[in-house]
Amino acid sequence: MSRIAATFDALKKQGRKALIPFMTAGDPEPGLAVPLMHALVEGGADVIELGVPFSDPMADGPVIQRSSERALKHGVSLKDVLGYVAEFRRTNRATPVVVFGYANPMEAMGRERFADAARAADADGVLVVDYPPEEAQRLVELLDARGLDTIFLLSPTTTDARLRQVAKLGRGYLYYVSLRGVTGAAHLDVADVTARMKHLREFTRLPVGVGFGIRDAATAQTVASVADAVVIGSRLVQEIETSGREQVLANVKGFLAGIRRAMDGAKKKEVAA
Amino acid sequence: MRMYDLPDASGHFGQYGGVFVAETLIQALDELKAAYSRYGNDPEFLAEYAYELKHYVGRPSPVYHARRWSEHFGGAQVYLKREDLNHTGAHKINNVIGQALLARRMGKPRVIAETGAGMHGVAAATIAARFGMECVVYMGSEDIKRQAANVYRMKLLGASVVPVESGSKTLKDALNEAMRDWVTNVENTFYIIGTVAGPHPYPMMVRDFQCVIGREAREQMPELAGRQPDAILACVGGGSNAMGIFYPYIADEQVRLIGVEAAGYGLESGKHAATLCAGKPGVLHGNRTYLLQDENGQIIETHSISAGLDYPGVGPEHAWLKDSGRAEYVAVTDEEAVQAFHDLCRLEGIIPALESAHALAYAVKIAPRMKADQILLVNLSGRGDKDMHTAAEKSGIKF
Repeated sequence: MSRIAATFDALKKQGRKALIPFMTAGDPEPGLAVPLMHALVEGGADVIELGVPFSDPMADGPVIQRSSERALKHGVSLKDVLGYVAEFRRTNRATPVVVFGYANPMEAMGRERFADAARAADADGVLVVDYPPEEAQRLVELLDARGLDTIFLLSPTTTDARLRQVAKLGRGYLYYVSLRGVTGAAHLDVADVTARMKHLREFTRLPVGVGFGIRDAATAQTVASVADAVVIGSRLVQEIETSGREQVLANVKGFLAGIRRAMDGAKKKEVAA
Repeated sequence: MRMYDLPDASGHFGQYGGVFVAETLIQALDELKAAYSRYGNDPEFLAEYAYELKHYVGRPSPVYHARRWSEHFGGAQVYLKREDLNHTGAHKINNVIGQALLARRMGKPRVIAETGAGMHGVAAATIAARFGMECVVYMGSEDIKRQAANVYRMKLLGASVVPVESGSKTLKDALNEAMRDWVTNVENTFYIIGTVAGPHPYPMMVRDFQCVIGREAREQMPELAGRQPDAILACVGGGSNAMGIFYPYIADEQVRLIGVEAAGYGLESGKHAATLCAGKPGVLHGNRTYLLQDENGQIIETHSISAGLDYPGVGPEHAWLKDSGRAEYVAVTDEEAVQAFHDLCRLEGIIPALESAHALAYAVKIAPRMKADQILLVNLSGRGDKDMHTAAEKSGIKF
């Protein structure tokens, strides 16, 4: 069983939901990449989405774009990012890491070389933002052969025909983008997400994570009551952006722990009800 | 050559093109694909499009025999396809009208566009005024500084111009920002892409709207010159004017197709925008194509004296035409383009856009090696009024 599947399995047995933070690797500086990953785990992360910085992050809002720009100032490359994963693995063998980025850095490395390198670094999954299923067949084959999960995005506008296609190709978990627009955009419609989750489950047995628009403990708590995982991206990256170098690890850990408590609280409430 | 029928149903030109976007954009593209396949061959739509091209743009644009130019440089006879005479002064309007008509059919009251030099932005603002649509143009803050007159033109036409401060603050960043607007406001918004790049169906659709240039030329050349040209030259940034004139000639294998890129300070300087000459295949802005990128796959900043060629990607159909050998791609420097700009002014009384001057500069290189009865057709994609400041500055003149 993959590390991602095992993680979701264990959580299910405990009646808990997964907390999946996103951070851009090398933001604010390369030396903090691995310490930040450990801080996320200490704050309660179950899976880490590790962003590969890219010069043209078309699907992201200004917060994540700035984090990419900060990392790129230090010349952080895909090879470096996989290096952080390998380093993280020296002391953490349990927490799955999903390498999360855009197609071009990966294609520049070569898809096969990338798949080998991700395997060698002991990463667990890959999400390529600008690879919809139509363009991802080859990557899925390469990653399947190496035991890595290919994670796909779903959106409120994904049709049933595409849901079937994504359900077939997707591995590990599916990432439901709960808002139209880019990362870091405004508000999330909880009733809408609830209805969509119910619909999605008719197509897939994979766990479904919800992201985009989750900015505080209250929203996270609500989302955790309907989804299998809560993904926190822009809000966390903002925390990294606004924290000084001295405080960033403590702040990130503290912020995530607040979300974690709220999510686990939601579960207790559910049981009580 | 077998019949040319690219792109395939999923938008690929060989390994190039395709749909490389986040899931959030898929529905918008599917909707556009459906609308374009419904109206793209609809006689009523095409008649309305033809009407606008004739009465609003002033088409057909003439082909002109540049006799003094040809005599001066010797060798082949040079003919110019005069897209500079279109309303708004460039070929951009051909495509913008098509997309705006499509937006109307789709019931979208708001159009957005990205722009580099401002020509596509001006064309979009123009057509939005013509059809009573709201128009928002995204433009890199660096380009806004370089192209103040065009910014004012867009505002005059009622458009809002949004400065883009991210990344290199140029065309590619404006494109990123326009995509973000589109994905957020897709219900009421149509994204008018200005070149033959972006995710499918844009490269195909923009080509189809631009190929009126080549279709006219095919009719005009036999009338004026007695036959089709030996070679066609067009500048290539994103590549829409080149695709527009090349496409109707793809099956005529005896006609050489030559795309001229911007070599900036010279290919060896690293400061250029010659994507096909010096780039590598990759994925950007929704399609797989040649890109100027570093060894880690990060997109690098480009340089050209002509803002309209200053783009690190290129339309995927050009990538395919290059690999298949059907078209050749070359590059000329800022200096060579500026020289051709001055030459055309003095020899023919035509002020070309600096973009188009790149194609002229390459004609200067090859014409003298050709015979006097051979013919070069240069797509004069735009006029140079917008480039007065740049040209004057280059000559050390300040207004």
